[in-house]
Amino acid sequence: MKLSVNGKEHEVQVSEDMPLLWVLRDVIGLTGTKFGCGMAQCGACTVLVDGQPVRSCVRPASAVAGKAVTTIEGLSAHGDHPVQKAWTEADVVQCGYCQSGQILAAAALLKAKPNPTDADIDAAMSGNICRCGTYQRIRSAVHRAAKLMEGRS
Amino acid sequence: MSGLSRRAFLKGAGGGLVVGFFVPAALNRFALAQEAPAPSTVLPPVNAFLRIGSDESVTVLLAHSEMGQGIWTTLPMMVNEELDADWSRIRVEHAPAAPEYHSTVFPIQMTGGSTTTWSELDRYRQVGAMARALLVSAAAARWGVAPGDCRTEKGFVICGDKRASYGSLAAAASKQPAPQKVQLKDPADWKVIGKPTRRLDTPEKITGRAKFGMDVQLPGMLTAVVAHPPTFGGKVKDFDVAAAKAVPGVRAVFAVPSGVAVVADHFWAAKKGRDALKVDWDPGPHADVDTVKLRESYLEKSKSAGAKAAAGGDVEKALGSDVLVAEYSLPYLAHAPMEPLNCTVRRTVDGCEVWTGTQFQTVDQGRVAQILGLKPVQVAIHTTFLGGGFGRRANIASDFVVEAAHVAKNLDKPVKVVWTRDDDIRGGYYRPMAVHRVEGALDAKGNPVAWRHRVVSQSIVAGSPFAGMIRDGVDPTAVEGASDSPYVTAIANHRVDLHTTDPGVPVLWWRSVGHSHTAFAVESFVDELAHAAKRDPLEFRRALLEKSPRVRAVLEAAAEKAGWGTPPPAGRARGLAVHESFGSIVAHVAEVSIDGGQTDGRIRVHRIVCAIDCGICINPLGVAAQMESAVAFGLSAALHGELTIKEGRVQESNFHDYRVLRIHEMPKVEVSILVSHEKSGGAGEPGTPPVAPAVANAVFALTGKRLRELPLRLA
Ligand code: FES
Ligand code: FES
Repeated sequence: MKLSVNGKEHEVQVSEDMPLLWVLRDVIGLTGTKFGCGMAQCGACTVLVDGQPVRSCVRPASAVAGKAVTTIEGLSAHGDHPVQKAWTEADVVQCGYCQSGQILAAAALLKAKPNPTDADIDAAMSGNICRCGTYQRIRSAVHRAAKLMEGRS
Repeated sequence: MSGLSRRAFLKGAGGGLVVGFFVPAALNRFALAQEAPAPSTVLPPVNAFLRIGSDESVTVLLAHSEMGQGIWTTLPMMVNEELDADWSRIRVEHAPAAPEYHSTVFPIQMTGGSTTTWSELDRYRQVGAMARALLVSAAAARWGVAPGDCRTEKGFVICGDKRASYGSLAAAASKQPAPQKVQLKDPADWKVIGKPTRRLDTPEKITGRAKFGMDVQLPGMLTAVVAHPPTFGGKVKDFDVAAAKAVPGVRAVFAVPSGVAVVADHFWAAKKGRDALKVDWDPGPHADVDTVKLRESYLEKSKSAGAKAAAGGDVEKALGSDVLVAEYSLPYLAHAPMEPLNCTVRRTVDGCEVWTGTQFQTVDQGRVAQILGLKPVQVAIHTTFLGGGFGRRANIASDFVVEAAHVAKNLDKPVKVVWTRDDDIRGGYYRPMAVHRVEGALDAKGNPVAWRHRVVSQSIVAGSPFAGMIRDGVDPTAVEGASDSPYVTAIANHRVDLHTTDPGVPVLWWRSVGHSHTAFAVESFVDELAHAAKRDPLEFRRALLEKSPRVRAVLEAAAEKAGWGTPPPAGRARGLAVHESFGSIVAHVAEVSIDGGQTDGRIRVHRIVCAIDCGICINPLGVAAQMESAVAFGLSAALHGELTIKEGRVQESNFHDYRVLRIHEMPKVEVSILVSHEKSGGAGEPGTPPVAPAVANAVFALTGKRLRELPLRLA
């Protein structure tokens, strides 16, 4: 099957049911997308498919063939997407393992809702567990990213 | 730790120990908070800790593991306080496993006990000062001036109008004789330490470049998952490989001591192979473990005296007949770090290499060496970033590393062994289940005169090389925070006892260890006494803490900031708790409400006001992050965390039934770091213990219902 990941085409030979997560990690070699639960419970494996956040651990790669997949590696060329900038300013990360998923979930939220409230953030991101408990800084960084994006456009 | 036991270790290091790495008596973490290690008179080998390149790079090697707690930034801050390098040039790496990197408090390389920051404050500053002295003498020699006439600034040595960059001096500096002694700056002159400093690992962690153990990829590498027995102590009786081997991509299926390994080209094939595998298990000796019955037996045990952990006065007499009795119970908990456990092993012609996120390098190295018939020096440990640890990756048995070594032993290719979330939740090494029975009495004025406290729990260290920590039948990790509580020891007649059980469920240190359960019992019971005495909970505590001014000051700071004594917002109430652990004191005031009915609703925590005295604070941003983190971790346990075991089988398996805190449940956390010139303490763990009791005390204030079981449930 053919996969389009971060603007690049990949031809992969894998079984129909192989989740996108493992194709990305073990076949294509993009390890920024993380495995946390394998059952759509934690959000560590979040990627964007045609701009929508998707749990790649339960989505067969075959189901996204022909669609545009964006992983953390492809969110920006130099780690300077407004969400990444805001994450740096707010010193969000701790262990960092959940953060690829958090950042992509936040980017998708801001696209749909350029000025989210705390309640919007909670609703959109409650599927992304952070065991280190960076939630408070995630909230403030999402607000900050909203400001950065506003200023840019 | 006494100087004697440390010396005894150093002398006895050649003795034939199990894994050949330590004398357990040297590992008395219980004494840690009280006793600082004797300052080392031997300067560290600077090359082992710092590399300055001719390209101006400055690389700090970490003797400890970065697992989210921020030492990737804190230790370089210590170095740079003395070194004066350009902060933007600082790079960081995990050190290899080697004796130079043994902790300054434990004779092994490890990360735990909230020790990293305070225990490295001298060594990492010395490294910076030594390197600076070498660079200055190289410059002075080049210019023919006295070193004393040179100064340093942002990566340059300067003398009059002469300037030389550190990079340009690096080669010459390496040939200078190492200084025999260095003068560290007066803390009054610190410019880096104490300044809020953002993390150095952010760029890698926001772009997906950071390499965790899970991300290790080697040429020809295979991936394995292991089918574990459904009961603790279970064994493989028989297994049928046919169905597993039929899964495309599966390369090998074989038994290892911990179960049956399925090895494949990638994770998905290995996992499917394991799903297809048929194993006949011998359930072993613990197939009847049942947490409901276990709790009943703990409650029964708590009615009689156990091994004495602390005593003063005559508690029997002082209890009299008007006794307040409370039983608290806490479940087994999994650490559930975000990154599931994993370990990659590659055997080489003259040894082997191990890639893993570990908190216990020396222990892992010794165990792998033993399994593969090597000497520890032949086992290279590459520490990756850890996707959380919380104690789970400081495993006395090195379970996930040992398993990978056994799998690799059967293969001629490198192999990554990956645990699924189910493997993690059901894999044991839990925070032990605990029951506390506390009895107290008040005098006519409402002052506490007796406190009898019985803890029933498992020992974390019994039967392990750490068993030397057990004194007179008491594992200090089971009673810490109760036997040395400033409340308990302030009461003239007190006694703390321990019953040690052995139900066969593997247990381990879980962020804050014994304090994770003792603080709940102690701070809840203090609250119960205050209410029985009809006194304000803050005022009652202040009186009891008269002889512990530091603890009292932290409590007062949190209470004041939270507006204690003023009415809370409508529908809410406040509760407080303060607890000392790992050399620091943390107080929380929780503000809660109930969603739904007061008798059966859901507890909602809106705000936590936190105050901490951690002595000298290195990075305020790091400490504040650790407090927020501890609140989230503590609330996960207070509101959700519980493992249940039936017929020896753990019932929970993933985040849907072993719930942890999510963003919509995260309260507003306000942290105050008290200005302190006391010795630095820990920050990773001390914020966790007071969370659950502060919330339970607030729930009582709101509803009049005293919740004595975790997780807290109204119905
Ligand atoms: S790994 Fe996909 S949601 Fe957890
Ligand atoms: S930063 Fe560690 S799990 Fe989120």
